[in-house]
Amino acid sequence: MSTLFQGGHLLSILIFFPAIGALALLLLRGDDHLFIRRIALIVSVAEFLFSLLLLRGIPLNSGEYRLVENFNWITVPPIHYHLGVDGISLFLVILTTILTPISVLASWSSINHRVKEFFVMLLMLEVGVVGVFLSLDMFLFFLFWEVMLIPMAFLIGIWGHDRRIYAAVKFVLYTMAGSILMLVGIIWLYNATGTFDLPTIQQMLQSGALTLEPRAEMLLFLAFFVAFAVKVPLFPLHTWLPDAHVEAPTAGSVMLAGVLLKMGTYGMIRFCLPLFPEAARRAAPWVAALAIIGIIYGALVALVQPNLKKLVAYSSVSHLGFVVLGIFAFRNISMQGAVYQMLAHGISTGALFLLVGMLYDRRHTFEITEYGGLATPMPKMAAFFLFAALSSLGLPILNGFVGEYLILLGSYQAHWQWASWAALGVILSACYLLWSYQRVFFGEVTHEKNRALPDASAREKFILVTMSVLMLWMGVGSAFFTNRTAAASQTVIDQVEPQRPYEAAAPSTAPAAPKNIAHAAKINPRMESAAR
Amino acid sequence: MFPNTDDILRVLPELLWCGFGMLCMLLQPFVRNRHFFTGLALVGAAAGTGAAFVAGATPGQGFGGLIESDVFSFFFRLLIGLVSVLVILASNSYLDREKLPFPEFFGLVLFATAGMGVLASAHELLTAFIGLELSSISSYILAGFRRDSTKSSEASLKYFLLGSFATAFFLYGIALVYGASGTTNLGRMDDADPTSNLLKLGLSMILIGIGFKVAAAPFQIWTPDVYEGAPTPVTALFSAGPKAAAFALLLRIFGSVPAATHFWFWAFWVLAVLTMFAGNLGALLQTNVKRLLAYSSIAHAGYILVAFAAVTFMANDLNGGATPAYAAILFYLLSYALVKIGAFTIVSEIGGAGEKNLSIDDYAGLAQRQPVAAAALSLFLLSLLGLPVTAGFFGKFYIFKAAVNSHLIWLAVLMAINSVIGAYYYLRLIVVMYMREGSAEAMAAPAVRFPVAVNVVLAVTVIGTVYFGLFPNQVLNFILQPNLIAR
Repeated sequence: MSTLFQGGHLLSILIFFPAIGALALLLLRGDDHLFIRRIALIVSVAEFLFSLLLLRGIPLNSGEYRLVENFNWITVPPIHYHLGVDGISLFLVILTTILTPISVLASWSSINHRVKEFFVMLLMLEVGVVGVFLSLDMFLFFLFWEVMLIPMAFLIGIWGHDRRIYAAVKFVLYTMAGSILMLVGIIWLYNATGTFDLPTIQQMLQSGALTLEPRAEMLLFLAFFVAFAVKVPLFPLHTWLPDAHVEAPTAGSVMLAGVLLKMGTYGMIRFCLPLFPEAARRAAPWVAALAIIGIIYGALVALVQPNLKKLVAYSSVSHLGFVVLGIFAFRNISMQGAVYQMLAHGISTGALFLLVGMLYDRRHTFEITEYGGLATPMPKMAAFFLFAALSSLGLPILNGFVGEYLILLGSYQAHWQWASWAALGVILSACYLLWSYQRVFFGEVTHEKNRALPDASAREKFILVTMSVLMLWMGVGSAFFTNRTAAASQTVIDQVEPQRPYEAAAPSTAPAAPKNIAHAAKINPRMESAAR
Repeated sequence: MFPNTDDILRVLPELLWCGFGMLCMLLQPFVRNRHFFTGLALVGAAAGTGAAFVAGATPGQGFGGLIESDVFSFFFRLLIGLVSVLVILASNSYLDREKLPFPEFFGLVLFATAGMGVLASAHELLTAFIGLELSSISSYILAGFRRDSTKSSEASLKYFLLGSFATAFFLYGIALVYGASGTTNLGRMDDADPTSNLLKLGLSMILIGIGFKVAAAPFQIWTPDVYEGAPTPVTALFSAGPKAAAFALLLRIFGSVPAATHFWFWAFWVLAVLTMFAGNLGALLQTNVKRLLAYSSIAHAGYILVAFAAVTFMANDLNGGATPAYAAILFYLLSYALVKIGAFTIVSEIGGAGEKNLSIDDYAGLAQRQPVAAAALSLFLLSLLGLPVTAGFFGKFYIFKAAVNSHLIWLAVLMAINSVIGAYYYLRLIVVMYMREGSAEAMAAPAVRFPVAVNVVLAVTVIGTVYFGLFPNQVLNFILQPNLIAR
């Protein structure tokens, strides 16, 4: 027991605990739905509590991998079961473990069909995602990366909406096309280094024991990058995302937007930058250009969407563009911003998908024109929706602001043009979110059916309050996060641009954000009351 | 001259398989109980497999260099024996259902097994020819075993005609190789001039002959028809056994004979690419599950040929550079055999009497009617697709590794593209099983109960697929030993 709390096998427990839960569910008889839901909830909440133990394992300002577990798994070729966590993966794991119980709750009454399988798939998805974030062996990483596909495809394909099968197959094929090239890249890298172990390869690169010729490095970079870019999704590889999101059940969308997309950006931080720094530097302008196109394009398409869920899906394309831009600006501040934006996007877009799902549960449509004036029958829901929308559009004091601000600051330091173009996305996101909010919730009730819609139930209120508290806390208490991500981000930056001094970024960052937020805090209540 | 004991021990597996095969035939008039023959065949197949250990314990050449008992043949005898045991277990209920004669069927299965064993351990081209004929002729008859079905007869005839043609190529190739090198013994070809055109012509004819057996494009045309027409357990046998044995021979010739040089690399490269695309593109359009799996096995032959390209690329490397590629081929064949037998066994049971439920639409809603069968079939399909935690993933991974190891990056990329094409049709079947509702009558029909023997087959194949997907170590360490193929 003591080893557990020193972090002996904490990471393994985090990966396999949901798998055990899923197995237990599988062995249950399928007819007592309530019991199954309760078990799934207990398992996912326990997993969340376990993941909080990670916070004790990571000291502040430590850029190294912690809680490392390293065993030989396969001898030929040498594949290790190598796990570790640092400031970047730490919060992504916690994001995953918090969104899973939320997803369980969100599916409480909307999933009535093949209930057991649903929760089994949800928990297996958690296994895959947590595994991806914790693996330090490229082979192990790839394994979890692929394993995660199947539960997600099933979630979309079985419990989704009308075009679910098309969306599920498209999702799998897109991701697989990218990842199989990554496998070739992984093997190629293994051939050059003789190991799949990520820290070992990083060491070899830094000590000069391994040098890749520019062309090979670029090809390898692309092999990894394309796999991650599909997942992010980076323009123009994003076309699977709207389909997958619109067709997925609410829990599927929450997990997809909340954590699965982050696997792509996480992969860029963890693999593309440290392993292929030269290629990353050469590719940076192109990647940044694609990211900026994605930001603006995603926002413009969201602006004209008649479908509320698709609107939120395209807003993800736009927001994830910010993350990629932040990563490829190669500044500590923007890197931290990227990590922050990943978390913030997970929470606020997750909340938006939850809200859209709740509307769907009531009216079975995503069309904006079917709604209108909903603030009258359901004022609480309207308030929560506004809160989530404001957080998503980056209102100061809420979480979205911190990430976008840091990213813009960092990319401004790199190239002021990048920041100015990307800032358009901030403006546009305010347009599409507020405009759609206005069309859905304000004005007269246009459809008779909408007049008697029930407001948020106790379960829904619990979900939404949790999410709102998180948004607010992340907006105000950003230092809690940045204290832990700063050193890890710097480790990555050091590997890409060794000459970049640490001082230039970190001290100015952490205080900067709270100051702005404190200033903005006064504005916010008025805006909310005005909205009502 | 009576052969000495060691010689006998070195061919003991084949002797036992043949002996029990004949016993099945001879006892037919005297024993009424059909299931007796299942037991007898099972004992025979298992005894032969057990005898592989005896043969493996007496390494060396037998009968003056006709047969080689080395680690390589030990591995393939075990694999073929396992295939045989599983196929016999899976056919029991099928034969019952289709009212087909037991003794002949099992006799032929055992003869085919013996033929494959000879093929895998032959150290002399003429011995290999005998093995090829023994396994092929049994296969032709087995393909047409459902005599009252026109499809089955068509399959048999097609297989026979094209197969004889291929055998002729093989034989002619042997003659030319003999002309060029003065020997047909694989161990004595060191002196042959590898640049001689006659030798090249002979080897390419041998390659065509074996290429037919393993269904490599452009010699694959027979595969879908034969796989579709043959009784399903026989299809399981075809897809796992003869393929493994023929690849074993191919590897013994092109992997270990000095006369087979780097020159052959491009031949395998082209064959591999053609075969992968022919199989995967063909499978996209199929609506019959047996045909789908047939095309998939063409595609998989293509993947294995990728490893062959890696082997021949390293042919001039004497420091064991090709060893990982050998290991990749052997591991792939093992994982592939498990998966294909499992998949065809399920197809056979779902097919029902007269093999009528073979269309993909018949699988709609299977996950709700028969969750276990659907889950097992999905596992097999995911393994064919090459998803982690299945043996198929490691198989594919090792082939990728072998290809990259030999700097065949483009071939690896083409294989990657093919894997994605393959993913589409494997997923299609999974999607149908899990995400479509079956027709009302299909859903109302009682679930097919699988007999115990079939459940044993499925348990073995499922456990094997997952086990080798998690812990490929033991097998790999075994096949990675330097003296895998005795020279």
